[in-house]
This record gives sequence, structure tokens and C-alpha cells, in this order.
Amino acid sequence: MANKPIHPWPLRLMHALNALAIIMMIGSGWQIYDSSPLFTFTFPATITIGQWLGAAIAWHLACMWLLVLNGLCYVGWSLASGHWRKFLPLTPRLVWQDLNAALRFRLPHETGVYNAVQRLLYVGVLLAGLVLVISGLGIWKPVQLWFLCDLCGGFVVARYVHFFAMSAVVLFLVVHLALVIAVPKVLPPMIFGGRAP
Amino acid sequence: MIRRRTLLYRAMALGLISPLTACDFDDPMHPDLADKFLSAMSRWNDMVQAALFNPHTLAPSFRPDQITRPPRFNAFYDISQAPIVSPATWRLALSGQIADKRPWGLDELLALPQESQITQLTCVEGWRTIGQWSGVRLSAFLRRVGADLSCRYVGFQCADGYYTSIDMASALHPQTILALTFLGAPLTPPFGAPLRLRIPTKLGFKNPKSVVALSVTNHYPGGYWEDQGYNWFSGS
Repeated sequence: MANKPIHPWPLRLMHALNALAIIMMIGSGWQIYDSSPLFTFTFPATITIGQWLGAAIAWHLACMWLLVLNGLCYVGWSLASGHWRKFLPLTPRLVWQDLNAALRFRLPHETGVYNAVQRLLYVGVLLAGLVLVISGLGIWKPVQLWFLCDLCGGFVVARYVHFFAMSAVVLFLVVHLALVIAVPKVLPPMIFGGRAP
Repeated sequence: MIRRRTLLYRAMALGLISPLTACDFDDPMHPDLADKFLSAMSRWNDMVQAALFNPHTLAPSFRPDQITRPPRFNAFYDISQAPIVSPATWRLALSGQIADKRPWGLDELLALPQESQITQLTCVEGWRTIGQWSGVRLSAFLRRVGADLSCRYVGFQCADGYYTSIDMASALHPQTILALTFLGAPLTPPFGAPLRLRIPTKLGFKNPKSVVALSVTNHYPGGYWEDQGYNWFSGS
């Protein structure tokens, strides 16, 4: 199995679809936020998707299906293929060690292996995604899915939960993309598969 | 091989991004590819919401001290332009699949059994306001005038030109009322006088104000915002 790809094709496909869904959800979500801001700032129209509330909601509620169905495929595939084992072990001590090494630029990139900081970030962003879906469904259906809305602290609080979970995903994306720029050789395998050494 | 692949991916990326530049429902008469995709997804979401709708699930009720004061105004125009309807001459016109189409006056509606609720009006923009409305249960009214309850839609026309429509299942929900009072006093002009639909299982824009005509029909009546791209079902 010397020619096994670093990233098997289902993972690459789901990663691409997820990237598209995340961009659409965040861009349209920012436009929706602007119609009733939670804080004193709004997102400039140049970086939002859908130029008015109606279009933004239409994109948000269309792309949520891609996000959720693709996410479910990922969970199913991850469990079936054993991919989930790449996220373990994950202990605070390991994260601390790898984080210190990374900040001193002494953490080598091991092809096909996640270091502890990566594991923490990936598990963290998956949890943020789960919170986004639960709070989003609660905001969308505060009557029919009242239990999800209540779980997030009611309609008003659920909007903040949704916002902060989005912020966590955006922070992840900043680090994620910064690391791709720092180690550009990781990009082609995520598109073409690459070959594990 | 790589070159061909690269070109293919670039073409795919372009294909995905190009509709985004015009993805704004800016011209309902001339829908582009993105508009058609969004409309199809919106129809799909209508079906999902209809399936999700449980006629026995009630919208949460609130305590009197949780009522938002003063109530928040919202319409497609400024509060100063809200229509002023004379309660004495106002009539609710009935049309469509209704046996008794005789128009109704305010006193006749006030003589019917009244239902009161303290519920949250959730705006599509994301804010909410809590109020106390009371009026006639729409299901009781529709039965009284002999409406065909197997029809798909109940449509509403307003004094300000606004219009909207709801599905029959939501129309028959126990919390769906033809509201006549707010905080125990008759509705005031900017807040829907003399009659508005109050339907806490749907978003705020599905709660038409200053209603002058009601119809029961199988022909999709659309709505002011719905025809511009808002989701039609818009259930809560």
C-alpha cells in the first residue's frame, strides 16, 4: 500500500463541499446579522453573500442542507473508515507540548499524522459546527423545535450562541489558512490526494 | 494529467462562484440560475416545514411582566405612513371557498368568543417582541362562515396594499387568531387596527395588519415579501 493517498477521495470531496457550504453559510449569516445586529458593529456588504435579507436567508436555508448532509456523511465515513482515530490521543499535556514546539517553529509536519494542536483544533471546530447546527435549528424553529431553542437558552440567547460558534469557526479558519500558507505543500494532497510516503 | 485536472477544478470553481455575484433576487420577473436554485430550495423548505408542523405544539406563552414596552413597530413603510381605517365603516370582506361571504363588521366579530395570548412575535430580521393580543380564533371563524377547510391556503389583503397567505393547517392552529385588541385595548393604527392576524407559529411578516379581506383558496396567493424572495411557509 505504498501508493495510498494521504487524503482518500471521500475526505477530499467532503472537504471541498464543506468549504463551499461554510463560505456560503458564514457570508449569508453575516448579511442576516446585519439586519438586526447583536453588537455595535455590522459586516460590510462587500464581504456578505446575498445583497439583502431575503436573498441572504434564502442562501442560508438552502446551503444548510449541504452543510448538514455533508457533515453527516463525514461522521458516518469517519466512523466506518476509522478516520476518527487520527484525533486520538488528545490530552492537555500533549497539546501543551506540541503547542510550545509549534510556537518555537520546532514542530515538524508529519504527512498524514495530526499533531496534538491539530487534533484539538479539528475536534474543536467539529464541536463548534455541532453547536452552530443545534442553535441554528433552534433559531429557525423556536416553536416546533423548542427543545433545541431551550437547550441554547431560549431564542434571544440562542442567537448569541450561534454568533459565538460562528466566531469560533472563523478563528479556526484563520489559523487553518495561515498554516496552509506556512506549509504550502499540504494543499495539493487535499485537492489531488497525494501519495503517502 | 495534472494540467487537465487543474483546468477542470478552475472551471468548477468559476461555475460555483459566478452565480454568487448576482445572487440577490434583484429582479423577480427575470430569475437567473441562482434565483431558480434558491426558489427550488425554498419550495423544498416549505415542504419540510409543513411536515415539521405539529398542530398540537403551542408557541411559548409569557408572563405579563415580560411584555415588551413600548411595542416595536415594523412595516415596509415608516410609522407615520400607517393606514388609518375607520372602525365604524370597516368591513372584513370574504371570498373564495366560503359558503357565507357576507362581510363582517367589528361589533359582530367582538360578539364572538375571544381568545387571549401573551406570545412572542419573531421578526425575520432576528429580533422579537412580546405582546398580549386577543381576538377570534381563526379556526372557529372559518367554520362559522362555512369555509372549505380542505383548501390549501388562506389569503389576506390589507388596507396598506400588503398581502400574505398561510397554509390551512397553520390557519387552524389554536393560537392563530383574528386579533382585535392589544393589551386589552382596541388595536391602534400602526399596529394593525382594526383587525390583524396573530399567528405565533409563524414569523412576524406572516401576521398581516389592518386586514380588509380574507380568502380561502387552492390558488397560491403569494405575499408582498414572499413574491420578492422570502420563504413562503416561514414557520417558527
